[in-house]
Amino acid sequence: MRSRYQNRIELLQGTLDLLILQTLQWGAQHGYGISQAIRARSGDALQVDTGSLYPALHRLERQKWIAAAWKVSENKQRVRVYRLTAAGKRQLLSERSRWEQLSEAIAGILKPARENEA
Amino acid sequence: MRFPFWRRSRQEELGEEIESHLRMAAREREERGESSGGAEQAARREFGNAGLVREVTRDQWGWRWLEQLVQDLRYGARTLRNSPGFTAIAVLTLALGIGANTALFSVVNGVLLNPLPFPEPNRLVSVDASKPNFPDGSISYLNFLDWHRLNHSFSFFAVSRSTGYLLTGMGAADELDAVVVTSDFFPMLGIKPVLGRWFTPAEDEIGESNVVAISTDLWRKKFGSAPDVIGRGITLDGKGYTIVGVFPGHFDLPMRYFHSVDIYAPLGEFGNPALNVRAAGLGIHGIARLKPGVTIEQARADMQQVTHYLAKVYPDSDKGTGATLTPLKESIVGKVRSFLLLLLGAVGLVLLIACVNIANLLLARGTGRSREIAVRSALGASAGRLVRQMLTESVLLAVLGGALGLVLASVGTQAALAALPATLPRASEVGIDARVLWFSALLSLGAGILFGLIPAIRTARRSTYETLKEGGRGASGSRHRTQAVLVTVQMAMALVLLAGAGLVIRSLARLWNVDPGFNPDHVVTFNLALAPQMMHAPVAAIRAAYRNFDATIAATPGVEAESLSWGALPMYMEDDTDFWIAGQPRPASDNEMDGMLDYNVGPDYLKAMGIPLLAGRFFSSSDDEHAKGVTVVDEVLARKYFPNGDAIGKVIYQGDQTHAFPFEIIGVVGHVKQWGLDADDKNPLRAEAYFPLMQFPDRVIALMPSGTQVVVRSSGDVPGLTASIRGAISGISKDEVISGVETMHDIIQASLASRRFAVLLLGAFAALALALAGIGLYGVTAYAVGQRTHEMGIRLALGAHPRDVFRLVIGQGLRLALAGLVIGAAAAVILIRLLSSFSQLLYGVGKSDPLTLIAVAVVLLVVALLACYIPARRAMRVDPMVALRYE
Repeated sequence: MRSRYQNRIELLQGTLDLLILQTLQWGAQHGYGISQAIRARSGDALQVDTGSLYPALHRLERQKWIAAAWKVSENKQRVRVYRLTAAGKRQLLSERSRWEQLSEAIAGILKPARENEA
Repeated sequence: MRFPFWRRSRQEELGEEIESHLRMAAREREERGESSGGAEQAARREFGNAGLVREVTRDQWGWRWLEQLVQDLRYGARTLRNSPGFTAIAVLTLALGIGANTALFSVVNGVLLNPLPFPEPNRLVSVDASKPNFPDGSISYLNFLDWHRLNHSFSFFAVSRSTGYLLTGMGAADELDAVVVTSDFFPMLGIKPVLGRWFTPAEDEIGESNVVAISTDLWRKKFGSAPDVIGRGITLDGKGYTIVGVFPGHFDLPMRYFHSVDIYAPLGEFGNPALNVRAAGLGIHGIARLKPGVTIEQARADMQQVTHYLAKVYPDSDKGTGATLTPLKESIVGKVRSFLLLLLGAVGLVLLIACVNIANLLLARGTGRSREIAVRSALGASAGRLVRQMLTESVLLAVLGGALGLVLASVGTQAALAALPATLPRASEVGIDARVLWFSALLSLGAGILFGLIPAIRTARRSTYETLKEGGRGASGSRHRTQAVLVTVQMAMALVLLAGAGLVIRSLARLWNVDPGFNPDHVVTFNLALAPQMMHAPVAAIRAAYRNFDATIAATPGVEAESLSWGALPMYMEDDTDFWIAGQPRPASDNEMDGMLDYNVGPDYLKAMGIPLLAGRFFSSSDDEHAKGVTVVDEVLARKYFPNGDAIGKVIYQGDQTHAFPFEIIGVVGHVKQWGLDADDKNPLRAEAYFPLMQFPDRVIALMPSGTQVVVRSSGDVPGLTASIRGAISGISKDEVISGVETMHDIIQASLASRRFAVLLLGAFAALALALAGIGLYGVTAYAVGQRTHEMGIRLALGAHPRDVFRLVIGQGLRLALAGLVIGAAAAVILIRLLSSFSQLLYGVGKSDPLTLIAVAVVLLVVALLACYIPARRAMRVDPMVALRYE
């Protein structure tokens, strides 16, 4: 059971990190909020598994790309809120450009062959 | 796995974070209109297994490796428990290797690395007088006083000399080892007395004081540790002294005397009239403490000015005399450094060979475990994780071996030091301390990684597919290649060690056959102190006492020849004097005179020692104080100074600028290896001359009663000879003391003691290396045969003769051994060249002595043959049917 989770982390790792960093760029957010934001922005296409989300958050925190603090929400609840650090902003930029290169490259390959020849 | 309490808060935080997530999710569902109970349940379902999420999140915290380590350790311990035979062999091999290394390192640590046990030991320097061809000669007392007065570099400066006293009036007469020192000695070293005080500068004056400090040991033995011992009297050499201090028992300055000291006395008590002779050395050596901030180079420059000044003021005695300053630790342990480092290198090589053996065992075992590894890797363990698991196992092995080795080392070191001849300075300071423990721990860890890494990588890399294909039986070619390379390396290292040990053994064998220049069979020597009252007796009475002694001993049954001896005694005591040849211009200063070893003996000395007379005659009893001065020289002196062979009849002047006497050469005798069998040839001072003891001037005769040496030749092995000599002497007087009875053979043996120790250790290391390399080759060959049983069966079934199979196996083993021999021989030639330039252990063997190399190569080959023989026999006897049926 555990290895299934771990495998999924490995599978999603690069992309999920990018999504989290991108989400936090619009402001500090707690874990539940991040998962909801990704879901909403992707039009419900991407559902982030909590077994991937929380390990990713804690890993990014260890890498000092995001920082966490306990705050009290509007519902008077204690929540752990993550925000992007300066290093995280740099990381976001580089991951975004990498993602763009990758998607361009893949898109190039996926284009119909005729267009390529032409 | 529960982890430390300080992680609990973080665990709680994570729990709270997940709870808040669930609450928010449930709340949103409620807001969308779900019932509160259903919303919470749905939120939980959507979230998934909270415990699992918590766990995979915790993995990210960076403590995971620690948990995994504990897991790996448990797993490793279980695996090791499951194969007790393998574990026992590996742990024992490692324990021997690491134990031997730890033991030797504890010696290196105690002797070479640890600072001397005095405050600010780096500021202590030894001070000696340098003569033109003698860098560390003894300082004359008058020069010391001037050096002390004129230098600007030392905060303390003391000289010391070892001597002996005869203790009487407290039971049987007792010979005490003593050292006379000047007043700076103890304050310089920072030693406090157990009781009483040290000596005052006033007590340095010659003949001014009669005080002594005694050892804690003597205090206990002779005074029952009485607290009021200070101020009590003690009779030494028939003279009354007052005890002013008791020095601590652990205090031991291993300089030129290795014996423990019973008595310290002010140097002024050393009753030698030559103390007032500026040219006389008298075995006095100095130690100084540099002033704070003064470097040894500055002190050397300062002392150079002082000695230059004195050379101008006293050209007769001081021209050419300088001061040699050496860091004290260097002067104590410098001589054994290369020796100890050499042994450490050799024992390190043994450990390497042991590591290779275990690596090969692990490789072979890796095959047996390939199913286990394949299953684990199929279940998702990465190669890195598997390597880590197997490394943990090997480090666990090494740590077990290291712990056992540490026990062996702490026991073994004490045993080895007890067996060691008293030639290792600071031996009492050797022990297991923090640095030794660190060394041992790092060594174990390093060994574990060293022998574990290659097998771990090899085993982990094997793909699951490969294993499945081979049906879990698998022998992969690459693993066998790795084993072959390891065995070759092992053979090469064993050959290097064998060659080194072989050369050292051959050197020792050569030395045993070196002619010492005298016949040591049936010769004993001992020290004789006359009764204390004789020490202040008239010179004529002393001469009469010695003549009486000679006659008594010569008449003792079993004694063939006997002689008193004063001055040098071969390989035992050194004494030298200056001379010039009559008819040649008298040298302007003492330092321009030539030196020679001087032996002052009785008429029967030549017979007692068995030294051949080459020309002329030796002394007779009529060459006495009333006759003309005569001398007998050795062939070295005769050849060097009288190359025309006309030494006999020539006259030499012996002595110094103030006291010199003419002696006519009446005979030439063979050269005696004064400096030992190995070192004599290289010593610059080899000329020897003999003088009749009775022709000594009165002032020297007066010094003799406190101790002269005696040599006695017996007719064959006479049982109880020493006892009958003692009996004969006690017939003269009960107060005479015989001490330090030794045979000349023992003395020769002692002169080779450190060499014998090296042979013993290097030989043991080489034997261990040979055994390990043999076991290694055996293991690999046996393993290969086991893997190829099927192939052998087919060969035999197809009509191969068992002999061919036998040859195949032997040939494969020998190929590895031969490759190792070639590599090892090349390495040995290089290492031995290094060895001969860096230590004195080699004697009379060439730098790459081909005979030794060939001999050890043959030994190694024989061992290799034996190691291959057993598996080859087994291969030959493979039953084709049985082998084939396994399919």
